[in-house]
Formats: sequence, C-alpha cells, structure tokens
Amino acid sequence: MNKILLVARQEFRNRVHKRSFLIATILIPLIFPAIFGILIYTAIQQEKSATRKVVHYIDESGLFKPGGNQFDFRPFNGPLEDAKRAIAHDDSFGLLYIPKIDLYRPQGIILYSTVNPGMADIGALNNLMENVIREAKMRDLQVDQSVLDRLATNVNVLSVKVGESGQEQSTNSAVMSGIGMLFGLLMYLFIFIYGAQIMQGIIEEKTNKVVEVIISAIRPFQLMMGKILGLASVGLLQFLIWIVLITVLSSALFFFFGIDMSQEQVGNLPSAPPSQEAVAELLKVWDQIPITFLLLTFVFYFLGGYLIYGALFAAVGSAVDIPSEAQQFMFPITIPMLISYMSLFLFILQDPHGQISVWLSIIPFTSPIAMMGRVAYGVPVWQLALSMILLVGGFVFTTWLAARIYRVGILMHGSKVNYRVLARWFMMRN
Amino acid sequence: MEALVGTNISKHYTQHTALRNINFTIPDRSIVGLLGPNGAGKTTLIRIINQIITPDTGQISIYGEQLAPKHISMIGYLPEERGLYKKMRVGDQLTYLARLRGMTKKEALEKSKAWVKKFEIAEWWNKKVEDLSKGMAQKIQFISTIMHSPRLIILDEPFSGFDPINAQLITEEILSLREHGSTIIFSTHRMETVEALCDHILLINNAEIILEGSKSRIRSQFRSDTYEVRHVGRFETTGTPYTLLNSEQIEDHLFHSTLKSPRAENPNKILQFLISVTEVHSFIEKLPSMSDIFISLVKGGDRE
Repeated sequence: MNKILLVARQEFRNRVHKRSFLIATILIPLIFPAIFGILIYTAIQQEKSATRKVVHYIDESGLFKPGGNQFDFRPFNGPLEDAKRAIAHDDSFGLLYIPKIDLYRPQGIILYSTVNPGMADIGALNNLMENVIREAKMRDLQVDQSVLDRLATNVNVLSVKVGESGQEQSTNSAVMSGIGMLFGLLMYLFIFIYGAQIMQGIIEEKTNKVVEVIISAIRPFQLMMGKILGLASVGLLQFLIWIVLITVLSSALFFFFGIDMSQEQVGNLPSAPPSQEAVAELLKVWDQIPITFLLLTFVFYFLGGYLIYGALFAAVGSAVDIPSEAQQFMFPITIPMLISYMSLFLFILQDPHGQISVWLSIIPFTSPIAMMGRVAYGVPVWQLALSMILLVGGFVFTTWLAARIYRVGILMHGSKVNYRVLARWFMMRN
Repeated sequence: MEALVGTNISKHYTQHTALRNINFTIPDRSIVGLLGPNGAGKTTLIRIINQIITPDTGQISIYGEQLAPKHISMIGYLPEERGLYKKMRVGDQLTYLARLRGMTKKEALEKSKAWVKKFEIAEWWNKKVEDLSKGMAQKIQFISTIMHSPRLIILDEPFSGFDPINAQLITEEILSLREHGSTIIFSTHRMETVEALCDHILLINNAEIILEGSKSRIRSQFRSDTYEVRHVGRFETTGTPYTLLNSEQIEDHLFHSTLKSPRAENPNKILQFLISVTEVHSFIEKLPSMSDIFISLVKGGDRE
C-alpha cells in the first residue's frame, strides 16, 4: 500500500509540476465558453451577411405571395420544362413549382434544385407555404385575423415536485437538462482525457525501459494502481480548481450585475421588480438544485468511471510499444462510452426516468455518463445505490483484468500483439 | 552462509521451457559470472531472483531465508534493458528509486547526494535526464542500483554501452562492494570481464545449468594436463609417459614446446624429467580460458 502511495505521489508531482497542467487548468474553463461564443457569433454574422438565395417560382394556383427575407423569389414566365432547363444553367438556388391545389389537401408542391437543399431551407419553404395556404383558408372560411389572435394561447406548465413528506419543490426541466448535458459531457471528456494520459504514461515507461527497474522494486500491480490513483488525484485537483474558479468568476459577474446570490435575497424575491422576474425564477430553481449533492455525485462517478476505464487504458498501454498500435484495442473501450454519450441526447435527457435511461445509469460501463445526465432530475435512492455499488464492482473487475495483462505486457517488447495474445497473457501464470 | 541457493527451479512458457529443474549455489561475497548463449534462460533466472516473475516449481533462499518481497531492499538490479524517466530531475529520480526499494525519504536524499558527489556528477542534481549524456545516464543507473547498499547485486550486461572510463569506474566500484560484503551476479557475454572479475561461474545452456563452480575449480576440471616449456636443447619423450605435442625453435638454441602428461601427474615429477633431459628456462601449466570452456561446452551441448 505504501508503495502504491509512493508511486501515486510521484505521478501526481510529475503531472502537476508541468507547465501544461497549469495552462490546461486555467485555459479550459475559458476556452469552452469562448469556442461557443465564437461559433454563435459567426453563425449570426453569417446569417446577417448571407446573400438571399434566388428561387424562381411558377404559381399555377394563384395563391403564392413572396415573403420572408431568406429567399429572393422571382416569377418565371413559361412552361415548367423550360424553367427546369433554365435553373440548371444559372446560379439560382432552385425552382418552386406550385400546381393548382386543393386548399384542404395541398399536394404536389415541388422544389427543383441543382443541389441537395438543407433542412433549414426546406423548413423555411414549408413554413412559407403553410402561411400562404392558411391565409387562403381564412379567406375561404371567412375568419378574421383578430379572432385568430384571440384563439392563440401560450401555456407554461409549472412543474412542482412533491416529496414523500409532502413538501413541494418547483423544478425546471430546461435547467435540469442543461445541468445533465453539461455533467454528462464533462464526464465523457474527463474519462477520455485522463484515460489517454494513463495509456501514454505507461507506453512511455515501457519504451524508455525504466519499467523493469521499477518492477524489480515493486509489484506491477502496485505500479499500475499507483499511476492510476496519482492521475485521479490530478483530475480531482483540476476539478477543484475549476469549481473555485467558476464560483469566483460567476460571483464576480453576479456582483457586477447587481444580483446577490445569497439565501435571504432569493427568499425575498416575490417583491423583486417585474423586469427581474425571469432571473428570479431561475435563481429560485437554482437555489433548489442540491449543488453540493450534484458535485459530490459527479466526483464519485468521475472517480468510478475513470478507474473503470483507466484500468483498461492501462492494460492497452502495457500491451503496445507505440501509441499508434493502441488504436485497435481502443475501439472496444470506446464503444460503451459512445453508447452512453449518444444515449445522453437520445434518451436520457428526453426521458430521464424511462427504462433505457434507468438501465444505462445502472450498468457500470455506461453509468458514469448516464447517471450524470439523470441525477439533476432526482434519482430514487435504490437506483443510485445499486449503480454506485455496481460501479465499484466494475472497477474491481476491470482492474483485476487489466493487472493480469499489464504484468506480462510491460515486459514484452517488439512482439506482435492481438486479442489472442492478450488472452494468453491474461491466462499466463506469473 | 550461501548468498543464494536455488533448488529445482523450472519455468515454462506456452511455447518453450525457459528453465528446466535447475539447482545452483552462489557463495557469499563472490562475484559470479552468469554465462550462456542468448535465449538460454539467463534473463528468466534473473527475473525470478528479482521476484518479477515466479517460477513454476522450485525454491530460492537468500542468505538462509526463503525469498520473499521483504528481500527486495537487499537486492540491487541493473537490467539489460534499462532506462530512466526522461522528464524527471536526476535528484528526484535517484531518491524516488531508492524509496521504492524501501529507504526513508531522509536516507534516500542523503545517500543519493553522497553518491552523485562520489561519481562527480553533483552539479547535475537538478538537471533533467533528457539533458544528460549517455555516460551520465549510465552513472545514474548504476548509482540507483547500488545506493541502498544491497547485499546482492545483479547486473545484466553492465558494461554494454559503457565507455572505458565508466567501465573502469564501475569495475572498481564492484570490487569495493564485494570488499564490503556484497555478492555480485554478472550476466555477460564478455569473457575478458569474466576472466578478470569473476570468481564463480554459472553456465546456462538450453534452460539447464551445464557448469557451476569456482573459477579455479572449473579451470582445474578442464585442465588439459599440458605444459608449456621453454628450454635450451632438444629432447625426446619416447619411452616416457609424456608426449611432445609440438616443439619449435624460437631463438638460436631456445625452444618452445608443449608437453602432455598423464592425468593428474604431479608437476614436480614432470619438471624432474625435464631437468634431466634439457635446460629448463620456463615451465607453466597451460590452462584453458573461460572462453574456450564456454565454447566447447555450448557447442558440445548443441551437438547432442
């Protein structure tokens, strides 16, 4: 045990003393918002400066009225066949053909185009046509626009969670899903980045031949565990720094905008001026999210997920001589990660209490990401407990598996390794 | 007491046998040459002694105790494939390796400082290993092998890649370590090193030990009962138990002859015979070199 700690401490010191650690720790919380900001900014700029696409149209129904500012509609006088030929040779975006249509069963509206139009363009045209037809219907049914306006309703269902003892808690799905997405994403990135670092470190030790000296002094398992734990503590430290940085930064921002985040203030919110109502609402929900609980859960699942995958990454690192050889073994490791990552968006955030979501958050290989997607919505205690126990069990299992491959792999040089060889190493007596 | 005793040690891999029921004894305070062609099983044996791998059968006792993890701090090991952490500083590297071998932080720091001073590389203490020359790195590796004052030191091809000055430094250090009570096991292909340094030999071929014992005993075991004589005036051996293998004139009257005697003949008797037939200028037994013994045994083994 002592020697594991010794290795862990050395690993920790080596990583933390590097300049790259400091840079990554400070830059990453700044880089991500910056990337989002730049992307959104350029998207807006692009939309603003985009030249309107030229769409010719032939309207046999007599209903069409050019509208919207996305397209430059130009009527085409002549038969459809000529028009089709014409758009093939000029640089217009397409040809919109509207035949005589039945208002109540509009069919046969076609966009002829020289390229495959994007979803946004087709959507815009659909909208435009729907509006045109709706107006025609209103005229046909003699409905007044003012009547229609009065018919429109905007409802916001307030969601209130009722606890077992009857206490009520207002919730906000958008906030929950935002938190779920953020945590799920962070988990995915963390596990990958730190797992890859373990692998790299082990390949380095193996290729610069220091490993034999080390394992003559300590058991290979101690070396592997020490490295994994050392790197885990680097991750925790980094995470801690980020939390402090973000808290300080956001407090500064709130202070700058004159909003105090303290409890009393939030309690007095009903008296807040109407302009701040939205912010007050958000803060109220924010206040009811158990941040500490979420962070602790995140730390637990980060450690668990990292350890499960870290051990596997370590085994891969021990088996190969150069990083590029590791690709073939990385694939099966990434699959459960990808599954849980994609499920995060497909199922978990949509339906956090659905069957798939629940199972994905319990199975050890997918639970770190899946559970972080769910946990903000509130997860039954038994599910959380089962998931955590299985995660620990999974970590023990992968570590055992990895250690058996690792102890043989680190001493093998220049041998061609495939899955059969790995299996043989695994079975080999020490 | 013996430094190391191995009994019935075997190690099999899926495709080959690395060691087949070997037995050996390594005396305390000796310098042992572990010899054998490539792939004979030397590295496997070394790794077993270092507890990197465990044998399928057999036992090893070290200074009378069953080999166990607690003995790691008694052993110093310089593998053939050796390296250092490139990004680590020299001082950190030495103290880290020493602590892995069981030294306390304070001890590790004191010892490593003393050793770098002794090897005249103290000014490199804060340099990273990647900035060192190859010779410097070798010194660091050697220091890390012996700085915890191990009683048993295992050096796998210690001189490969060492320049003559470093090799000399390390040879002196090895002799002084033996002086201070350590036992040293050498694995090497360099017969001149074996000839000069070792006093005990272990020869492995095809997973078995084919020769073991002190150098002088092995020499006498392989003595060919031939003598080299310088003498003035020819002589004949017909009618005596001796055979004249060859004889050549090197100066006016000076001859150089090789004489073979019956097995275990007392040299004094041979000399008496020689004095009676010629004027003897020098008389010396012709002993086989370790290299000759090695080649004849390994080649002989291959023919079987």
